[in-house]
Amino acid sequence: MGFLDIANVTKSYGAVEVLHRVDISVAEGEFLVLVGPSGCGKSTLLNMIAGLEGITSGEIAIKGRAMNGVHPSRRNIAMVFQSYALYPNMTVAQNITFGLEMHGVPKAEREAAMTRVAAMLQIDKLLDRKPGQLSGGQRQRVAMGRALVRNPDVFLFDEPLSNLDAKLRVDMRTEIKKLHQSLRTTIVYVTHDQIEAMTLSTRIAVMNKGYVQQLGTPKEIYDTPANVFVATFMGSPAMNILPARVVMQDGAPHAAVIDAAGQTRHLRFSQPGMADWAGREILLGIRPEAITDPEGADRKSGNIQHLSNTVVVTEPAGADTFVTMTLSGRDVVGRMRADVAITPGQSFGFAINMDKAVAFDPATEARIAP
Amino acid sequence: MSAVSQGTAVSTGRFTRVLIHVTLLVFALFYLLPLVVMLINSVKPLGEITGGNMMALPKVWTIQPWLEAWSTAQIGVQPTGLRPYFINSIEMVVPAVAISTLMGALNGYVLTKWRFRGDTVLFGLMLFSCFIPFQIVLIPMARLLGLMGLAGTVPGLIFVHVVYGLGFTTLYFRNYYAAFPTELVRAAQIDGAGFFRIFTRILLPLSGPIIVVTVIWQFTNIWNDFLFGSSFSGQASQPMTVALNNLVQSSTGVKAYNVHFAGAILAALPTLFVYIVSGRFFVRGLMAGSVKG
Ligand SMILES: Nc1ncnc2c1ncn2[C@@H]1O[C@H](COP(=O)(O)OP(=O)(O)O)[C@@H](O)[C@H]1O
Ligand SMILES: [Mg+2]
Repeated sequence: MGFLDIANVTKSYGAVEVLHRVDISVAEGEFLVLVGPSGCGKSTLLNMIAGLEGITSGEIAIKGRAMNGVHPSRRNIAMVFQSYALYPNMTVAQNITFGLEMHGVPKAEREAAMTRVAAMLQIDKLLDRKPGQLSGGQRQRVAMGRALVRNPDVFLFDEPLSNLDAKLRVDMRTEIKKLHQSLRTTIVYVTHDQIEAMTLSTRIAVMNKGYVQQLGTPKEIYDTPANVFVATFMGSPAMNILPARVVMQDGAPHAAVIDAAGQTRHLRFSQPGMADWAGREILLGIRPEAITDPEGADRKSGNIQHLSNTVVVTEPAGADTFVTMTLSGRDVVGRMRADVAITPGQSFGFAINMDKAVAFDPATEARIAP
Repeated sequence: MSAVSQGTAVSTGRFTRVLIHVTLLVFALFYLLPLVVMLINSVKPLGEITGGNMMALPKVWTIQPWLEAWSTAQIGVQPTGLRPYFINSIEMVVPAVAISTLMGALNGYVLTKWRFRGDTVLFGLMLFSCFIPFQIVLIPMARLLGLMGLAGTVPGLIFVHVVYGLGFTTLYFRNYYAAFPTELVRAAQIDGAGFFRIFTRILLPLSGPIIVVTVIWQFTNIWNDFLFGSSFSGQASQPMTVALNNLVQSSTGVKAYNVHFAGAILAALPTLFVYIVSGRFFVRGLMAGSVKG
């Protein structure tokens, strides 16, 4: 049993079920990120943890105490909203201490707690301002201060950075991570941004259409995605997915793909277990960083497959150059070093790290674990 | 010159501006004319009105008509002036406006932030009450007031006006609170504020503009109401409008136009006062900074 247990939880609005049998157990001090496309039910799940939405069936427990039907203010949680939801009629100081006041904390204690939090978030100069007089980043800090001051068991964040501009978002991301490392409070964090999910979390729950598609550490999610959805949702640019046929050659399983000239090419699998799929169609998944120029290939990899193919387009992006080729009729993107000499329309020798390749069952789209 | 040419897209030419101002001035004069006539004739001796030009300024200035209208004019059978009726109106309008505004705010809060099964139907029915003509409710209301023992009293009039105004005040507040960020309510819930504290500490302080609109609307309607006032009031609870009518309609003796004018202005003063006082708060954007921006 964990610190926060979500057991068999579903949510329906009328006849429509928007969350289906969610099971997540969060340990104390964990940073769990719920990530998924818009409308997949992340906020709904978070609001159910907060007590702002009812639970249709199943149970949510914090520290072993069932929370079904418990009022939000009695769950010892704090929440940071996407819009910050600062009370516009109150000053920053009043915003931060409102919760303590409602819980009957004496004034002296409230002041002390506020001073501590304001110093931690560097908003001590803003205490007398109204939210309308603050910048987006400052509002964000005040919203965090309002959550921190309560010393909650669980922090809930609903897309707290999505209203900030790109630069500030990266800075605040780092600050949230620092905060978690120093406070060690359990956090459930909702975002649709897979980079935020990867950088912040200790564990990620990838959600789609009301289902948890995969629950695991960032590394597990990235390296061994449970299915095609997780594989393509996490990572940027997205993982290449292309149809291939498993064939045996020299006693080892290979993925047979078709290059731009219409020739069948064989890429040896690193997993001998793929032999079980000999003669059958699969979906081959290769991340862009596993397709490089030969000099840029991962030296630690035991299985670099070389494949020359026509270059369709190159996109220099500063640190890297993204190169597109056609394989099995799909656009396949590789990530090269910036100064690599490649001309569109010409043939180029790609190096493919098959240690990092994954295969999916085309019928179920689930990953084949050989 | 460059500054002028930069602004040509939004500014208008000198000629157009003059035309607009002249037109506005003409309309303003047209609308002010009745008030001017009333004012100058309310400070004239009666003889000057009956004997001469209504538009002329008084030869002898006097406040006698005002004093008479206020405290000694014959209204009904008593020479009390308008004063007791003015007090009746105040005693009626202040609680009626306060109660109907507060209840409208509560209704709007519940209908938008504490949704329940059938709430849209309920709101539709309340909205429907805005379209019921006064005349239809007269007889049922008279019966109801009788049953409640409030017939012919000021509390009875307050009750009538609260009931009749509730549809409008609910509509105003519901629409205002519908645009109010629900996340604020949720944040307050997590902070531990209950139903009434969220209302009094978060919503009400941010409702300035809509409170002003509602108060102006309710005050004007209730103060100026004649039909309910004449139907449901007793001798001792008549509001200002009914008393003014009695003053003007009284058939004994000569018509004291100067007193009538003064009385009519007295009857209009409170609404004017409400417009001027609350209008200043009308346009303030109190919602600035609640959410992202
Ligand atoms: N009050 C509601 N009534 C009906 N459907 C709702 C309600 N709130 C959310 N939904 C639906 O539930 C699904 C999940 O919504 P939400 O949790 O807000 O998604 P996310 O936060 O992942 O973008 C959406 O399809 C949405 O339309
Ligand atoms: Mg959401």
